Amino acid sequence: MNEAYDVSHFLAGLMLVVSFALIYQDRLLAVLRTFAIQAIVLALAVAWQALVQDRPNLFITAGLALGLKGIVIPLALHRMIFRLGIHRDVEQVVGVGLTMLFGLALTALSLMLVLKATASAPAVAREVLAIALAIILLGFLMMITRRNAVTQIIGFMSIENGLILGATGARGMPLVVEISVAFSVLIALFVFAVFVFRIRERFDTVDVEVLERVRGDRT
Amino acid sequence: MTSSVYSILGQGIQTLLVLAIAPAITGVTRLVKARLMRKSGPPLLQGYRDLFKLLRKEVIVADTASWLFRVSPYLIFSLAWLAATLVPTFATGLHFSWTGDVIVIVALLGTARFFQTLAGMDVGTAFGGMGSSRESMIATMAEPAMLLVVLNLALIASSSRLPVIADYLVTQPLAIRVSLALALMSLVIVALAENARIPVDNPATHLELTMVHEAMILEYSGRHLALIEAASQLKLVMYGSLIICLFLPFGIASVDSGPAAWFVSLVLYVGKLTLAAITLGLWEVSIAKMRVFRVGEFLGIAFIFAFLGLLLSFVTEELLR
Amino acid sequence: MVDAANPLAMLFIAIALLLGCAMLAAAFRGRVLGLVYPVSLIAASLAVATDLSILLNGTTFTAHLPLGLPTIGLRVRVDALSAFFGIVVNIGTFAAALYGLGRHKQLSARVEPFFAAFAAAMNMVLLADDAFGFLFSWELMSVTSWALVIARHEDAEARRAAHVYLMLASIGTIALLFAFGAMAGPAGGYDFASIRSAERDPLVTGLVLAAVLVGTGSKAGIIPLHAWLPLAHPAAPSHVSALMSGVMTKVAIYGLIRVLFDLLGKPSLWLGAIVLILGAVSTLMGVLYALMQHDLKRLLAYHTVENIGIIFIGLGLSLTFKSNNLDALAALALTAALFHVFNHCLFKSLLFLGAGAILHATGKRDLEVLGGLIHPMPLTALAFLIGCIAISALPPLNGFVSEWLTFQAILQSPSLPHLPMKILLPTVGAVLALSAALAAACFVKAFGIAFLGRPRSQAARDAHEADSFALSAMAILALLCIASGLFPGFFIDALGSLNHALLGTQMPTQSTIPWFSIVPIGDVRSSYDPLLISIFLLFCAGATAIFIHFFASRALRRAPAWDCGFPDPSPSIQYTASGFAQPIRRIYGTITFSAKEQVDMPPPGSSTPARFSVKLHDHIWELLYLAPARYMLAISERLNVFQFLTVRRYLILMFAALISLLVVVMVIT
Repeated sequence: MNEAYDVSHFLAGLMLVVSFALIYQDRLLAVLRTFAIQAIVLALAVAWQALVQDRPNLFITAGLALGLKGIVIPLALHRMIFRLGIHRDVEQVVGVGLTMLFGLALTALSLMLVLKATASAPAVAREVLAIALAIILLGFLMMITRRNAVTQIIGFMSIENGLILGATGARGMPLVVEISVAFSVLIALFVFAVFVFRIRERFDTVDVEVLERVRGDRT
Repeated sequence: MTSSVYSILGQGIQTLLVLAIAPAITGVTRLVKARLMRKSGPPLLQGYRDLFKLLRKEVIVADTASWLFRVSPYLIFSLAWLAATLVPTFATGLHFSWTGDVIVIVALLGTARFFQTLAGMDVGTAFGGMGSSRESMIATMAEPAMLLVVLNLALIASSSRLPVIADYLVTQPLAIRVSLALALMSLVIVALAENARIPVDNPATHLELTMVHEAMILEYSGRHLALIEAASQLKLVMYGSLIICLFLPFGIASVDSGPAAWFVSLVLYVGKLTLAAITLGLWEVSIAKMRVFRVGEFLGIAFIFAFLGLLLSFVTEELLR
Repeated sequence: MVDAANPLAMLFIAIALLLGCAMLAAAFRGRVLGLVYPVSLIAASLAVATDLSILLNGTTFTAHLPLGLPTIGLRVRVDALSAFFGIVVNIGTFAAALYGLGRHKQLSARVEPFFAAFAAAMNMVLLADDAFGFLFSWELMSVTSWALVIARHEDAEARRAAHVYLMLASIGTIALLFAFGAMAGPAGGYDFASIRSAERDPLVTGLVLAAVLVGTGSKAGIIPLHAWLPLAHPAAPSHVSALMSGVMTKVAIYGLIRVLFDLLGKPSLWLGAIVLILGAVSTLMGVLYALMQHDLKRLLAYHTVENIGIIFIGLGLSLTFKSNNLDALAALALTAALFHVFNHCLFKSLLFLGAGAILHATGKRDLEVLGGLIHPMPLTALAFLIGCIAISALPPLNGFVSEWLTFQAILQSPSLPHLPMKILLPTVGAVLALSAALAAACFVKAFGIAFLGRPRSQAARDAHEADSFALSAMAILALLCIASGLFPGFFIDALGSLNHALLGTQMPTQSTIPWFSIVPIGDVRSSYDPLLISIFLLFCAGATAIFIHFFASRALRRAPAWDCGFPDPSPSIQYTASGFAQPIRRIYGTITFSAKEQVDMPPPGSSTPARFSVKLHDHIWELLYLAPARYMLAISERLNVFQFLTVRRYLILMFAALISLLVVVMVIT
């Protein structure tokens, strides 16, 4: 039991640290790379859960996470970024220091909340759930404090990573659900990409602050 | 009775050991950096030769300097030496290790920094003030991170005394503890900042506007400069010993294990310290110095890591109760 | 009748001396004014000796005097807590009076009578055993200190400071009135004995706590009620600033401890958390405010806010442990807080007296025009340096001991049952560490710019050493700082009876531990030996000096500064105070104060100088003071209409009031 706890604790903690690193980055390509690392760590964590819980269909989930989120989506976004010509810095709404402090507070909040609410569950599940909630909140934080549409997409994906971590930690979810979730993510990405291209063609920018100003109901 | 004799003897050996080994460790780092840049570099014992040369030279003191300028090097040196002797190197439980716990050790270095920054401002030049101002800024960010790491370890080991923490960590089974890994990374970043190493400060720079620590000691010469150089070397050894005794404590002897165990532990300690010095040299060659205001973000990472480590160790303790 | 033994009578004599001398000085002026300070010295020494014996013996004395209200009389009581704070108050008074002996006799008629009355009022607060006596003495304390602040009434800054001070003091007293009224309850037993035994429901207790925090917190200087401190402390004469900053704030802490620990019984679980958070916020904001200042006295006043925050942290820790039934740890935290009370009185008074000496010698308070004062004022500089080291919590002086004890209490957080509290304590510890580092930076700035370097103005060049009275006052305080830093064990033991009275247990005996070391919890946990560390430091420094002088070179030569080969004769090339704080202002000030730097560059080819300006916003002042003031003014402008109604409209008003009262009566019955 202890070995299972140790490795899962290590992988979940590593994913939390990578999520913090995701907020810290200010270059678009570095954000992509960090997101890919997050997806790889997620795949490892899910694979370990598959071993420990003895549920082979979780291996497929791990494979999907690795394949889609670790390789395909970063590559696609990479190409998109180069075609859009926006491989430059990310601007942030709130300074890095303050964002990180918020992130710490959110982590503390989710840890305290989940540990209090799940007093009767096994230790592995409680911890993974707590860290998963923290990663979800950090993903939200990332979406709030960014101005570039591409990084907001990545923030959204990292929320999804957190959800998968939490779901597998708490005794896994059916394969059908997982595949459908993965497909919907792929479709969403596709739609996002098409829209972003269109926006760029029309307005010459993907900065959401600028886009705000050209909304129809605002003069 | 023999235990008391051993502990006094061990304390004496440690006091002299840290003083003797400090210039050599800095020499190792310098040699590694030079060799990696395809230069032949200074010989290993050059640090000792430099100190002796400086000790024999005449001191030139500015007209506007006060008694604080002349007294500070002695105080800084004594404080650094004291801090280095209180950290366990090859044996835990030495005779005077109870006079100060890890918080006291961190605070003693704070006193040394206080006098160093005052001395920088004493002569009334622009560079001195600049060095003191930047050093104060770095200190305000490094100290809380250091203290969080210390708090984390003290909470895990239920004691704030270094020998007790070291003994506790030695007896733990080898486990992958994320909280300890985060504490280690945080402590390494703080150590880089406090010892004025790249990426926070360049110890070998000649451009005054890039200096932090060197700017404060610009007016020092002769025996005063020798003492301050020796103090920074001792500080490096102290941080190295701290990291080793907290995170790589295997092989450390206890005070009554006898001379044979001590000798083995001593060899291991010197080996680990040399390895740390080589790693430092490698690191300094691979990375560039940061802008002064990016140092804040860098040290902020140390703070975040330390706090995360603290949170995670609380979680682990809560779950495994 | 006075049924007490000698100690209470001694304290009465001391207070009577002070009050009598104050009244005589106010009535007769002239020669009588010169008696105030010597009499204060005698009264303060008497009080310290008496209080020391009461504290060490741990006995309590009460009396019921036929003064004050006709049938009720005045209840007086001195116990270990009053005695401890009495020692603190009277040491400060002694030092301030000693300093005052050497002062220029300029404002005598305005300062001296009120000085003695102020000292008397503070002692009276500590002795009060019923609500009336407490509030009367509290108000007397406020009014006399207000009179002292407005002593230099031609100065617009002093007038404004006194105005703000009076307002906040009144708000505080109203809050305390409400608190004591709620504590006494409908039965109306106003003496502390009956308050202690009264039963209250939790809502009332909560209201009382909020009122007491507002009342005592405004006098102590907790954020956000601190706004009067940085205005009033600099405006008062220097030795009075020392009293207000170092001593009066402690009387407010006394009031807080008396209510929270003694009168209200067992604290609830969340009370400690509230006090902790208040303390942490005050500590951090206080020191950040201080870093932005370049007026020496205002800097010191903001540091008082910071140190009061540290005391609140200690008290919050003690309350948390007490509410979780961990009495031994509560004793440790309370000892840390009280030790800091003592330490702060010592080093803050020392620093203010030093600032007074600088002001007297140069006529300036602004750091930007000082410099190089260590040469004409070497003894003042040494005393000020000791104060700076002590307040920066650096070993081996006393500031470090109280901070170390606070950290030891924080390290006990795993003993608490609730996870949020377990996480809150180390967070507060991180904030404490941050503010300690910031405080050290601030005092490097203060000492470095004022005393080191080269003089930046003619006033600094013409400075002279302080007079012997000021020097002896500073020397006494500095020696006390060193003594309590090197021998903290005796101090901790002296507080034993106090802890026992308030919490039921005390810390383990320290004076029996070999080598004057202190071991607050257990040998394995932690220990600290300041004496041995100091001996080693002195021995090492001395031995190194002797070794080098005999075996290496002894030669020394004076020459102009090297300055990398760019020597500049102008002293304005040196760092300024705001320049020193600029990196810290950039990092912390942009968030907390919306700090903006602006450089106005002249066009190329023009020879006019560039201008550099910094804009800081005090958000607390703007949001919590100016905004409500504006609303109040707006509302009162609207209500002004009622001044100008016709006779018929007034009649309508009275008619409407009568009808609505009748309706209310109908609804109720």
